[in-house]
Amino acid sequence: MTISNERKAGGFVARDRTWQPDALTPDYKTSVKRSPQAALLSFPSTLSEETSPVFGHGLLGELDNDLILNFAKPGEAAIGPRIIVHGRVVDEMGRGVPGALLEFWQANAGGRYRHRKETYIAELDPNFGGCGRTITDETGGYEFRTIQPGPYPWPNRLNDWRPAHIHFSVFGHGFAQRLITQMYFEGDPLIPLCPIVGGLKSQAAVDALTAPLDMTRTLPMDARAYKFDIVLRGRRQSYFENRTEGM
Amino acid sequence: MTQPLDAFKESPSQTAGPYVHIGCTPNFAGIEMYGGDPGTRMRTGPVQGEEITLRGVIRDGTGTPLRDAMIEIWQPDAAGLFASANETRGQADPNFTGWGRSPGDPETGEFTFETVKPGAVPWHLGGMQAPHITAWIVARGINIGLHTRIYFEDEAEANAADPILSRIEHQNRVPTLLAKKEADGTYRFDIHLQGPNETIFFDI
Repeated sequence: MTISNERKAGGFVARDRTWQPDALTPDYKTSVKRSPQAALLSFPSTLSEETSPVFGHGLLGELDNDLILNFAKPGEAAIGPRIIVHGRVVDEMGRGVPGALLEFWQANAGGRYRHRKETYIAELDPNFGGCGRTITDETGGYEFRTIQPGPYPWPNRLNDWRPAHIHFSVFGHGFAQRLITQMYFEGDPLIPLCPIVGGLKSQAAVDALTAPLDMTRTLPMDARAYKFDIVLRGRRQSYFENRTEGM
Repeated sequence: MTQPLDAFKESPSQTAGPYVHIGCTPNFAGIEMYGGDPGTRMRTGPVQGEEITLRGVIRDGTGTPLRDAMIEIWQPDAAGLFASANETRGQADPNFTGWGRSPGDPETGEFTFETVKPGAVPWHLGGMQAPHITAWIVARGINIGLHTRIYFEDEAEANAADPILSRIEHQNRVPTLLAKKEADGTYRFDIHLQGPNETIFFDI
């Protein structure tokens, strides 16, 4: 192996399974029959995991990142507390991840999803679809506008309620970074009661998914702002990684 | 005490929940958005190599098919090149995206991908990996997305030389990673989350 004066991108840093939730979390009942029981097979990332499709900004429509308007009839808007969600997508080394595709979905202000299997008695909002997407800018930054979702009951134990949350699907630069998670809201008393949140292994992990109110980005007389940063797995960068040329 | 390490922790995963289709395949969920769902067409024109259809269902530990899952696949083209910004070895087939996303059939849960048979790709320590497709599965009840790989039963020689397949301790589980050619020429890859035929999942 020769040492060049250019650092090479190595493999992805191993996922910290002691930090991530386990597959089996019995208080979340659906996990019981949907959790693999054999040990995962650990291998270093290969080209298959170090590559991923490219999502260009040309993919986006003008209202894709505006859930208040993207399903509303002309001249109308979704009902509920108006909020802006913003943040940065970075990797484990703190480097911004530009060009990441973020897709988000959520219940409406009453806690109701627009879905045929949804049975909660709260009303649908005819002007709210509940999904949107964006792509991070050159620094990894993103923002979108929506209404604050409501909490809702769900069939698990007899009286389980989900804290208000927004689902995020994140596509970075390698298939190994693929991640789905949920953003919670600062101060929600349902957070510590939720068995899905309860699958997280530490208060630090819960905090990592809890967005603070951000008055610096709040639009006066218009919309409050919440900040939600997302961290994806990082790739090693080293002069010394032993890799065949062209990898 | 020491200096602190300054690495950030990866954001913790949370389940995709029962309504992942609203966010990732909204048109399938009845919400007209984006002019169509992403990942539904992998072949965007005439492609190089063998066109194949890949089908399967995802079953839970009771054998029940999942109908609220989402599966994504990612693969190289027939020449083994990825349509990725990180691909440095050459230009992949411009009519093949390499990426597919399926919500499964609403009644049966069966997913279908119209794709091409992937070419072999190098292993980072030398030699080649057998042709394979990477798959990622999320659903209600799955706390962190499950990675697996789809190899091909009719690539016996390449599979025998594959650096991952050949190092699996329980060789009797290797068939859980093999797509099988059916009478109509399609490849079937059923996924078992649990049970005696549990699919091998990867920490990769």
